[in-house]
Amino acid sequence: MKTAITSTGNMGSSLVDSRFGRCAWFVIYDSQSGSSEFIPNPYAHAEEEAGAESVKLLISRKVERIISGEFGIKIKPMLDINKIQMIVITGKEKTIDDIIGMLSDKS
Amino acid sequence: MSPRTRKLRKIVNPPPVKGFRPYGGDSALKNSEPVYLLYEEYEALRLCDYDMLNHNQASGLMEVSRPTFTRICASGRQKMAKALVEGRQIAIEGGKVFFDSDWFHCSGCGSYFNDPHKEVVPDRCPLCKSNSVESWEPAGKRNSGDGDNIFSGTNIPTGRKDICYCPSCGEKREHQPGVPCRSEICSQCNQPMQRGGMPETGRQKRTRGGRK
Repeated sequence: MKTAITSTGNMGSSLVDSRFGRCAWFVIYDSQSGSSEFIPNPYAHAEEEAGAESVKLLISRKVERIISGEFGIKIKPMLDINKIQMIVITGKEKTIDDIIGMLSDKS
Repeated sequence: MSPRTRKLRKIVNPPPVKGFRPYGGDSALKNSEPVYLLYEEYEALRLCDYDMLNHNQASGLMEVSRPTFTRICASGRQKMAKALVEGRQIAIEGGKVFFDSDWFHCSGCGSYFNDPHKEVVPDRCPLCKSNSVESWEPAGKRNSGDGDNIFSGTNIPTGRKDICYCPSCGEKREHQPGVPCRSEICSQCNQPMQRGGMPETGRQKRTRGGRK
C-alpha cells in the first residue's frame, strides 16, 4: 500500500508539513517494497486549486493513504469518493523518519 | 409555488464503478441514452437491498426521513428495472448528496483518521498500530462554533436547520432528521411537539404529484 506524507523538506529528518495542498514536498512510501520517494509539490505556490491538483497527482501515483496536518474543505469529498484514507497528525511535530518508522513497524 | 428544496443525503460508500453497459443484443442498444441512477438512489439500494437494512435504519444512515428514503429507494428500483427491461446503459451520477466517512481517534499517537472503505470500526491505528482506537465525531458536524476544531475546513454542509416547537408554550428544539416531531415531548408541558418555526402559520398541505 502506498502512503503519501506531506513534508517540509526533501530529507528524512524534515518535519511533516501541516498543510496538504501547499506543502513543499510529498513523500510516497511503499509499504510492500519499503521504498520512499520524495517528489516536489508543483502546486506549492499555485494561486488556486492547489489542493485539488495535489489530489489528482497523488491519485495518479495510486496512493491509498495520506498523512498530513490538515485537509481543506474541498479535499475531503474528493478523497472520500476516491476511497483514500486521511490521517491527521496532531500534537508534537514528527519527522518523516518517525512516520516511516511507525508505518514499517509490523508488530 | 416553488417546490420544497431537497435535503442533502449522506453517502457512506460511493459506488465502485461509474455505470454499466449492456452486452449482446442489438448494437443500437449499446449506444442508447443511459438511465441516470443518482448517487442517493444507488446508496438507498445498497443499504436496503444489499445490506438488507429496513427503511427506518437506512434513512437514519442517510440522514433523511423514513418516507423520503422510501421514495428514493422506489425511484432507484424503477430506474434499475427500466434499464434491465429496455436494455439501456446505467450511469451512476448526480443527486443532492455529500460523501462522508466516520472519523476515529488513536490515543496512542494522538492522530485522527478516517476509514473510507468499511462501515465497521477499525481495531488498530493505521499509523502506530496500537489498538487504543475510539470513534470520534468532528466538532464541526454538531456545532460549528467550537474554537478548537481541527477540522475547521471539513465542516459538513447540513443545509437549513429545521425546528420542532411546542404548540402550547412555544419551546423550540432543533429537529433531528428521521425523528418525527410528534415523538419529541416538550419538557415544560409534556405535549408532543410540531414541525416548523412559527406557531401561527400552519403547515401547507402537500399536494400529490407536485414533485418533479
